[in-house]
This record gives sequence, C-alpha cells and structure tokens, in this order.
Amino acid sequence: MPARQGRLVRFWRRNGAGYMFLLPWLIGFFGLTLGPALASLYLSFTNYDLLRPPQWTGLDNIKYALFNDVKLRHSLSVTFQYVIFGVPMRLAVALGLAMILDRSVRGVGFYRAAFYLPSLLGASVAISVMWRQLFGAEGLINTLLFLATGWQGPSWISHPDYALWTLIALNVWQFGSPMIIFLAGLRQIPEDLYEAASMDGASGWRQFRKITLPLLAPVIFFNLVLQTIEAFKAFTQAYIISGGQGWPADSTLFYSLYLYIEAFANFRMGYASLLAWILLLIIGAFTALAFWTSKYWVYYEDESR
Amino acid sequence: MADLQLKKVVKRFGAAEVIHGIDLEIADGEFVVFVGPSGCGKSTLLRMIAGLEEISDGEILIDGEVMNNVSAAKRGLSMVFQSYALYPHMSVRKNLAFGLETMKVPKAQINELVSNAAEILQINELLDRKPGQLSGGQRQRVAIGRAIVREPRIFLFDEPLSNLDAELRMQMRVEINRLHRRLGATMIFVTHDQVEAMTLADRMVVLRKGVVEQVGSPLDLYNHPANMFVAGFIGSPRMNFLKGRVGEVDGRQATLELDVGRKVQTTFAEPPRPGQPITLGVRPEDLIAAAPDEALLSGEAQITEQLGGETYVYISLSDGSMITVEIKGQAGVKAGERLDLAIADGKFHVFGEDEAVIHHG
Repeated sequence: MPARQGRLVRFWRRNGAGYMFLLPWLIGFFGLTLGPALASLYLSFTNYDLLRPPQWTGLDNIKYALFNDVKLRHSLSVTFQYVIFGVPMRLAVALGLAMILDRSVRGVGFYRAAFYLPSLLGASVAISVMWRQLFGAEGLINTLLFLATGWQGPSWISHPDYALWTLIALNVWQFGSPMIIFLAGLRQIPEDLYEAASMDGASGWRQFRKITLPLLAPVIFFNLVLQTIEAFKAFTQAYIISGGQGWPADSTLFYSLYLYIEAFANFRMGYASLLAWILLLIIGAFTALAFWTSKYWVYYEDESR
Repeated sequence: MADLQLKKVVKRFGAAEVIHGIDLEIADGEFVVFVGPSGCGKSTLLRMIAGLEEISDGEILIDGEVMNNVSAAKRGLSMVFQSYALYPHMSVRKNLAFGLETMKVPKAQINELVSNAAEILQINELLDRKPGQLSGGQRQRVAIGRAIVREPRIFLFDEPLSNLDAELRMQMRVEINRLHRRLGATMIFVTHDQVEAMTLADRMVVLRKGVVEQVGSPLDLYNHPANMFVAGFIGSPRMNFLKGRVGEVDGRQATLELDVGRKVQTTFAEPPRPGQPITLGVRPEDLIAAAPDEALLSGEAQITEQLGGETYVYISLSDGSMITVEIKGQAGVKAGERLDLAIADGKFHVFGEDEAVIHHG
C-alpha cells in the first residue's frame, strides 16, 4: 500500500531523529524493565529453579501464598510494622526539623547539609554495619545508657523484641530527603498568614494545626506516598543487620528480604516472582488509598472547592 | 475600644535605627492616619503597635497598660494587611470565624457575629467561597470583615487599599469612613497616599525617616504645615517653593526678596533677621492671574493639563525653575503663553534655612 508507506516514511522523516535519541532509553525500558516485569508475571505461575525450564503450575503458587505460607504472613506483618511506625515517625522528625531550620537559624546551610547526610548514606552497607555496632551488646548506645543510668542494656540488635525497632530507628534517622522537601514547602507559606493568625489570637500550636498543616498538606501527601513506597521496598538495612536471614527469630524478616531468600537462597524463582507482584499490588493499593483519601485532607491552592 | 500611647518608641534592626523615639497619644475612637513616603517607618511603627515587631526602646501602652511584652495574640487588636493575608484553604465564613474560634466564643454567637459583619460589608453571598475565587475588592472586604468580627480594641490598617484600582480604592475609602463612624472604634491607618490620609483621618501623623514631622488634623496640616516637608507632602499638586531672602525689616514688618520676581511685604510674628535666606511656599490654587505691573511672578506656560473641573498649568520662570498653577474651570492657556501671577490674599508660607516654618499667610 503506497499511501501507507508514504505516511510511514513521512513519520520517520519527521520524528526519526527524536526516536534515535530515545533509543538507549527505549532499549533499557523494554529490555530491562518491561520485559523482565512481564516475564516475572509469567514466572509467577510456574515452578522455576533456574536450572530446569519453568514448569507451569497454574494457581498453585497463589494458593500456597494465600493459604499456607506462614512465613509470608509473618514477613508481611514485619514490613507493615516497619511502614506504619517508621514512615510517620520519619515524616514527623523531618517536619519538626524543617520547621526549626525554617526559622532561619544561624548556619542553616550547614545544618541542612548535616541533617541530609544520613539520607545519602542511610541505605548503604557501611551505615548498616555501623548500626549493628551502635545497637550491639557492647555498642555505643549501651555504653551511654550504662554511663547515664548504670543499667546494662541488652543487645538491641539481637533481641527479637527490639531488633525491628533498631531498624525503624535507622529509618527515622534518614529523614533528610523529606526534610528538604518540607523545608521547600514551608518556604512557600506566606509569612503574613502567620501574622494574621497571631493577630487573630492564635498560639503557635494553633497556627501549626490550622495554617501550617493544611497549607503543607500537598507536600505531606507527596512525602507520605514517596516514603511509604520506599519503606515497603526496604531491603539493604534488614539484609545487613539481620545477617541476611531476618534474625533474631525472623523478627526482621522484611517482606523484601523474604522475597530475596526465596529467590536467591531457595531458588524458588517462580514463587519469588509472585511475591514481587504481590508487593507491587500492596504498594499500589496503599498509594491508591492515599490518593483516594487525599481529597478529604489535601488542599491545593489552585482548586476551586 | 481603647486609647493608645507611644512613649519614646524606638526600633532598631541590628545597628540601624529606623524609628527614632516617637511620642504619640491616640484617643479612644479616633481615626489616625500614619502617612509618609516609603521607608519613613510608618508600617514598622504600626507593626510594633500590633505586636508583630519588637519594641527596641520606649513603651507602647493600650488603655494605660504596657504592651511591650504582650504578644500580638494577646493584645486584642485587629489588623488588615496590604496583601489581605486571607487563609487560602478556608472559606470566607471560616476566615471570619477563625479569630472567634480561637477565643472559644460559643458557636451560636460566632454565627451571629459573622453574619453581622457579612451584612455590614455586603459579603453574604461570598461566605461559602474560598479567597481564591474572590476579586481584589471582595478580598479586601473579607479582610476587613475578619478584623470587625473580633470587636478589637483598636483596628490597624496597613496600606489596605494600595492593591486596588483607583475607583475601587475610592469606594473602599468611603466605606472605611462609614465603618469608622458606625463602629466608633479607634483606628490606625497607614498609607503613603496623602489623599487617602486627608480623606480618612481625624488626625494625621506625618512621618519621615523614622521621625514625626507633624501631627494634626488634615486641614491643620494643609493650612499650617510645620515645615517644607509637610508642606510639600500634603496637597496635590505640590506646593510651589521659591527661594529668596529677607530684605528690609521694620519691626515685625519685613520685605521678602525672591530670586525670581518682585518683592513681597508681610508681617511676621517675630522679627526676622535681615538677609536671612528663606523659602516662600505657595499652593498652586493660591496663584492667580494679575495685571503685569502688579504681578509678583511671571513666566511662560509649558504644559497645560485639563481636568475639566480645574486646569493645571506648568510655568517655567526666568531662572528655569518650574511652578504649578491651578486654575478653576477650563482655562484656555496655551503653551508658550506668558502669564503674570500674584498670590491670592497673602496666602503663602515662609520657611527658614532649617526648613521650619517662620510665617503662615
């Protein structure tokens, strides 16, 4: 069909160069993102140990995951705890410090950089190793506790009741990136609104609740979604601190860690693929929930409601 | 409602002193306007009264009570901001109610006060809208409404009309005037616009560079300016200034010799020093056409502005300086025309070397 060919040629003449520039990204996207993602969707319904070709097992993996996998349930509850406590605490600390820095303290640039540093280092192996040292039986935390109170603390990191909390603490400590975003958000709120509120008799706390929080809501929402996704995917810290096993007693067996163990220790690639998809659905559901509720608590300046 | 006293109030930002010890008393129910060019400290002074700026030195008293260490929230004042500073995420109703809710006023009473204020300002239909949906004039009303509902001891206005267009500004001016009469409350209004100041004020406080130049009623300032700054600042078009010196002095009688023009005879309250340099100030409307042999000044018309009700003529004198003449009605003065002028009824002011007035006509 010459007419169609003509159109194709014209399309190529007009846009060809652009697509050539896009090519590296396109290769990456199809070859390394979309391709593997679709492959993993297929693998989710198979039995695959890397050595033999995948065997189609239909819904067996899903049935096992839903009804029989105790470890899956346990790892989900660990990850949920991590998200539910870790994310709000991190956001609260980030917002608190952003508000202090917003009051333009002397040397604010230095503090901003200093507070941001943990976020740059946070997910690294070195910091996780350091965390092990800090919260170990002979660690700095216990030394300080002993000096302050004379009480010899346990090894936080290897106690099933506390181990997860040390990881949550590590998570909270990396408040840098949400803090920077909060700081930018706070700068957007006009000073005269606070002045008007104080003329209206509002105390600092009321100003915070009635002016800062609502006007910062879009930024809080943004941070909440981002941090929740990140927390669901948390892996490195748990892997290092728990020795790759989720110990003690599976207390730090994060979902992503369990997924990793299934895939690369037990070589159940098919089942691990399913776990990855379940995580994707959970994150998707949480994000959708956040967006759905946002219309009740997020105010955007440009909207006419 | 309350009275206000400023005692030697000073404001410093770091080493820079911007308010230099201001003394002022404002009576209950008075409408006082702080006026002056930008940078004169009028807004800073208002913000100090509001409690939004610390008082570096001196005292501010409301109803005899020292306010220096009382926070803005506890002073019981209301302020209307230049930017309106409405809470963008709240409806108009919420904006108005915010201060009352803060004071924990019962719901029913809040509703009553809010609809009362809305009634006064005719913003009933806007109560459920957000500030983003309002026009500039409507926002201004809401901002004033927010100030009214709290029944404050003193109303503070920080250049509230400067973001409005000319027509709306005039309309709001009238409304604020009416509001003052209706509420009988003490109001302090800051503006750089002398017309706004003249039309609103019971008393005007003219500020320059952190110092009070003169305090008085609008007509008092207009008729008896204390110095050249006030004389030049109040009145539009500006007062004309002519340089000269004191000639012969006979008791309190003296002759003034202008650099351009003839001699002027006048009687001083205190005998001036012969030869003393002076500036003679005369308002554009006090210059009238005269016969050539009786004229004090003569010059060439450069530009004529026809306003319909009056005409402004800009005239260049022999030394190149320009003066303005205001003529009632529609004067057909053409550019290049020669005009001979005299001062009506001896209505002029004489200022000494320090720019302070030494004679009012």
